[in-house]
Amino acid sequence: MDIPRLKAIARELRVDVIRMLAEAGSGHPGGSLSAADIVTVLFFHKMRHRPAEPDWPDRDRFVLSKGHCVPILYAALAKTGYFPSEELLTLRKLNSRLQGHPDRVRFPYVEAATGSLGQGLSLALGMALALRLDKRPSRVYCMISDGESESGQVWEAALAAPKFKTDNLTVFLDYNKVQLSGHVKNIMDLDPLPEKWRAFRWHVLEIDGHDMAAIGDALREAEATTGRPTVIVAHTVKGKGVSFMEDKWEWHGKAPNREEAERAVQELLAHPV
Amino acid sequence: MAKASRLAFGEALARLGGEHPEVVVLDADLSKSTMTDLFARKYPERFFDLGIAEGNMVGVAAGMALAGKVPFCCSFACFVAGRFEQIRMSVGYNRANVRIVGTHAGIGIGEDGYSQMATEDIACMRSIPNMAVVQPADAVETERAVEYLVRHRGPVFLRLTRQKLEDVNPPDYRFEFGRGVILKEGGDVTLLATGGVVWEALKAAEALAARGFAARVVNIHTIKPLDEDVILDSLRRTRGIVTVEDHGIHGGMGSAVAEAAAQAGAGFVRRIGVRDFAESGDPAGLYRKYGLSAEHIVAEAEKLLR
Ligand SMILES: Cc1ncc(C[n+]2csc(CCOP(=O)(O)OP(=O)(O)O)c2C)c(N)n1
Repeated sequence: MDIPRLKAIARELRVDVIRMLAEAGSGHPGGSLSAADIVTVLFFHKMRHRPAEPDWPDRDRFVLSKGHCVPILYAALAKTGYFPSEELLTLRKLNSRLQGHPDRVRFPYVEAATGSLGQGLSLALGMALALRLDKRPSRVYCMISDGESESGQVWEAALAAPKFKTDNLTVFLDYNKVQLSGHVKNIMDLDPLPEKWRAFRWHVLEIDGHDMAAIGDALREAEATTGRPTVIVAHTVKGKGVSFMEDKWEWHGKAPNREEAERAVQELLAHPV
Repeated sequence: MAKASRLAFGEALARLGGEHPEVVVLDADLSKSTMTDLFARKYPERFFDLGIAEGNMVGVAAGMALAGKVPFCCSFACFVAGRFEQIRMSVGYNRANVRIVGTHAGIGIGEDGYSQMATEDIACMRSIPNMAVVQPADAVETERAVEYLVRHRGPVFLRLTRQKLEDVNPPDYRFEFGRGVILKEGGDVTLLATGGVVWEALKAAEALAARGFAARVVNIHTIKPLDEDVILDSLRRTRGIVTVEDHGIHGGMGSAVAEAAAQAGAGFVRRIGVRDFAESGDPAGLYRKYGLSAEHIVAEAEKLLR
């Protein structure tokens, strides 16, 4: 695992997110930034995928259940070579493939349309079951969020996956503690969250979701786990990397203006990797 | 021989499972009622009981479709089509090749009452841009429709009955997706029906004949895409159309027909459907009370013939 390289990439992806949102004039920075390190490890270290052959049947799948954070996914897909980086600045504009939330028909490099929170884990479970029926080596990764975990369907899927022993399914819970209009603990306290998943018979890991080595280790452990799915409860900071956005619900769904974006980029670039 | 369309569906699925390894079946603890247990017993590795969690079932079906399977996602119509938001998002928007199968549709289920009666499902499903809606009228049509749907590409809602349906089609019937079936020709009025009440429409046509009126009877098994040709042709050839369906009056087949007629600026459409929250009772009694029986069809037709 080349950690300095991964850190440099994560920083570039964060910069891309800020630039995209500033250009679009809307979007969700907080949860895109909190997910950046996990997305980086998945796309640049862990997942088996072929940008030149996007529909390679044996590829690993990534389902971004928290679809509003798609800017970080677009940034990663551009950097791995699925499409030209210049297109990133078309985000949310009329006739762009880069919809405000993922659309797999307009933009087939995302695995699924998401954006109605609570549904992605069910999709990922379905993929895991189908891929296993076909005896494919593919693994399915799904990222859900904490506010999203208030939705009943997340727990329907959480109950179902261990029944089917889908050990090819790994969930990242981007536990950034903040949702749209406040802190999760004030809106609908999820604690004790890892215990809930344990009670649902998942293999549960708890990590610092900004620690590249820890993310890599957790993914290795998930892959080595047989007979049940793994959830990686990743403690993260909403808005991570841009000090004025960190832990602020106000930056959940607001784009930075030009001046704020410039400050954010300067800060990201000044930060040693 | 009279048979419930859910049974014809279950038998067809179990028969087709062998030559179609891509078919998977999802259930929410109703396989004994939706008749998917016939498939489950033959192909347990391709049968998935998700428990009483239909929203998740819809999402899992969509995920399976995105990975190349042809999922039949089955429950009572009210419970599965009731997961509208999951269907519009995970199935529709993803263009996921899922068959949403709703059995026990309409008030014809009888004694269980409103909570188990789907009467808004067609309206919901047909509002999703790419969702096809199919409702067979008897056993042979169900079998042929299921054979077709295994190969169809794109999301489909298949609406089936709990109760037995009389045969309205010949044994050598061929299913043509998107095409209305003219069961009886007549030049005075057209009865357009879908599902089990096609039989009621045929009975109504007989009663009208006894009064000297010739009714054309058309079976609309594909509600979306709608066969606009047969509708406009019926409006030209007869004095008007009476639509009949065991579904709410809002947004169902009758609404679709009225939309097509209005768009073409052609003719009269009178709609028969359920106008309230229905209740427990025997199916024939319910059809009389809620206005779906042959005598109601005759009465509506006579309004056009006056
Ligand atoms: C079903 C649904 N309800 C509401 C929304 C609107 N919404 C978008 S993001 C969001 C808050 C999400 O917070 P969280 O899940 O914690 O995500 P993150 O912090 O990672 O951005 C809400 C309420 C939605 N997208 N889907």
